[in-house]
Amino acid sequence: MPALKPISQVAVTEAAAELLRELTAEHGPLMFHQSGGCCDGSAPMCFPAGEFLTSDSDVLVGELAVPGLAPVAVWMARDQFAYWSHTHLTIDVVPGRGSGFSLESPTGRRFLTRSRLLTDEESAALGPR
Amino acid sequence: MTIFQPPTTTFKARYENWIGGAWVPPVRGQYFENPTPVTGQVFCEVARGTAEDIELALDAAHAAAPAWGRTAPAARALVLTKIADRIAENLELLAVAESWENGKPVRETLAADIPLAVDHLRYYAGAIRAQEGGLSQIDDDTVAYHFNEPLGVVGQIIPWNFPLLMAIWKLAPALAAGNAVVLKPAEQTPATVLVLMELIADLLPPGVVNVVNGFGVEAGKPLASSSRIRKISFTGETTTGRLIMQYASGNLIPVTLELGGKSPNLFFADVAAEQDAFYDKALEGFAMFALNQGEVCTCPSRALIQAPIYDRLLSDGLERVRAMRQGNPLDTDTMVGAQASNDQLEKILSYIDIGQAEGAKVLAGGERVDLGGDLSGGYYVAPTVFEGDNSMRIFQEEIFGPVLAVTRFEDFEDGIAIANDTLYGLGAGVWSRDGSNAYRAGRAIQAGRVWTNCYHAYPAHAAFGGYKNSGFGRETHQMALQHYQQTKNLLVSYAPKAQGFF
Repeated sequence: MPALKPISQVAVTEAAAELLRELTAEHGPLMFHQSGGCCDGSAPMCFPAGEFLTSDSDVLVGELAVPGLAPVAVWMARDQFAYWSHTHLTIDVVPGRGSGFSLESPTGRRFLTRSRLLTDEESAALGPR
Repeated sequence: MTIFQPPTTTFKARYENWIGGAWVPPVRGQYFENPTPVTGQVFCEVARGTAEDIELALDAAHAAAPAWGRTAPAARALVLTKIADRIAENLELLAVAESWENGKPVRETLAADIPLAVDHLRYYAGAIRAQEGGLSQIDDDTVAYHFNEPLGVVGQIIPWNFPLLMAIWKLAPALAAGNAVVLKPAEQTPATVLVLMELIADLLPPGVVNVVNGFGVEAGKPLASSSRIRKISFTGETTTGRLIMQYASGNLIPVTLELGGKSPNLFFADVAAEQDAFYDKALEGFAMFALNQGEVCTCPSRALIQAPIYDRLLSDGLERVRAMRQGNPLDTDTMVGAQASNDQLEKILSYIDIGQAEGAKVLAGGERVDLGGDLSGGYYVAPTVFEGDNSMRIFQEEIFGPVLAVTRFEDFEDGIAIANDTLYGLGAGVWSRDGSNAYRAGRAIQAGRVWTNCYHAYPAHAAFGGYKNSGFGRETHQMALQHYQQTKNLLVSYAPKAQGFF
């Protein structure tokens, strides 16, 4: 029997995974910090791993498993996570041009967070954080 | 009704960077395409600036800053008023260009964006002339003089929702205070600031304002992290705001941040006591979420209605929403235009999805709109109204689209608690016929601007800025001058004798 996939609160589409591979070739290992607020708020911002200094005020929401790449950590401010904790996040990509310092903006593509409600089973497995 | 033609002759086919009062090609020779949200078609190319271009701009700014800082306040004020006059003389040209660049209705740029830019320049021209330093008598023989000195060279990163007005909000106090500026427009709206620079080229000494376009990671980051700026000002979202503070901490420089909000708009029960002009005004306040397609940091995106009038006000408010005319932004009858970019459109649609998944009810809109013809390629979203609960994500996150989330409150305490149950605190609205009730509500809401019986007014001389996660620092008020100044204290002794220590 194959091992059960561990339950994660984050996922990545194949198109976004391909963009992550391209960006890794240029910039090395990557991370996300999910933004909030004005303009491009609520966009997932992609940086070289360690560029954005996380702290106790952030939560590691999960790690994206992209074959061939080191796990890509997805962070969010703790106070924001309080309002997002019941949702599952999938990092996707759309044509567009984000602001902010996210690495993909020169490519003409833009990471986008798609959300759905966590199932009861997922919520129980993830537990309180 | 007037329908303006696309401003094809206003824009050049290609823009270089504006450095030292001249067009300077980007060092790496790269450009990016600039589409209009009205149709999705590219209308010009703009320099894709990089760290090398930022350095050139900083060279020009550092060359210009000392003389500009020593220029008499009256002379600097005169330059600002001349810029204001030049903008006013070209109001229609700039308004149409801004509508084409951003997708916003031209009736807004004609009536608000551009006239406000003119007024803010005139305001800071007056404010710098009226500003006084300080004098403190320490004792009989000792006096402390306090001078307001410019910082020198400052960096400013401008958002795409009001490209010209936000540039002027930041430029006017910085220039009035005697600083030279390197300005990075948003990559979604890079061109109208350059149209403005060319219009006013003869009014500003070369190098006092320099504009470098490009992507955030390639041009914004080298500016924000440069050791050659003495201050950085940014309007945008929280992650980039934190990153800018992080870079600023490396250089020990101050920052001004405006990071958005999720502004509550409270309607107390007495609003509907009469079916009169005031009630009509309040319904307009309900509909204000759609101004600029919701792409306003202070968008009143949460309507909180007191229970006794909930059904009635919501029903009348929805009628106002259904009457909104969405269409060609260049048509003066259009009230709701296009979202500024495709990724913005996609983000708004993703929020409409999660709102429905969380159980919120769509009462109006809820979809992308195809306006047909050339406009089919544009980014249009129907004004959308959700009914739900304040814990839902559509009540907590700034969607930056024409999306309103409505819920009810029981009494004063309940209303204030819901209003303050948010990470942000930029704007808020309070509607009540009872002045003392409105006053108490305004003081109890944790936000930097509480519109009381009005909304979306942005006059100069009323301070604008955030509480909580919405950032810090104030704009559109003379106190912003101090964000671009440092205090020089001369501590002077007039005593004839030694202190007696040595």
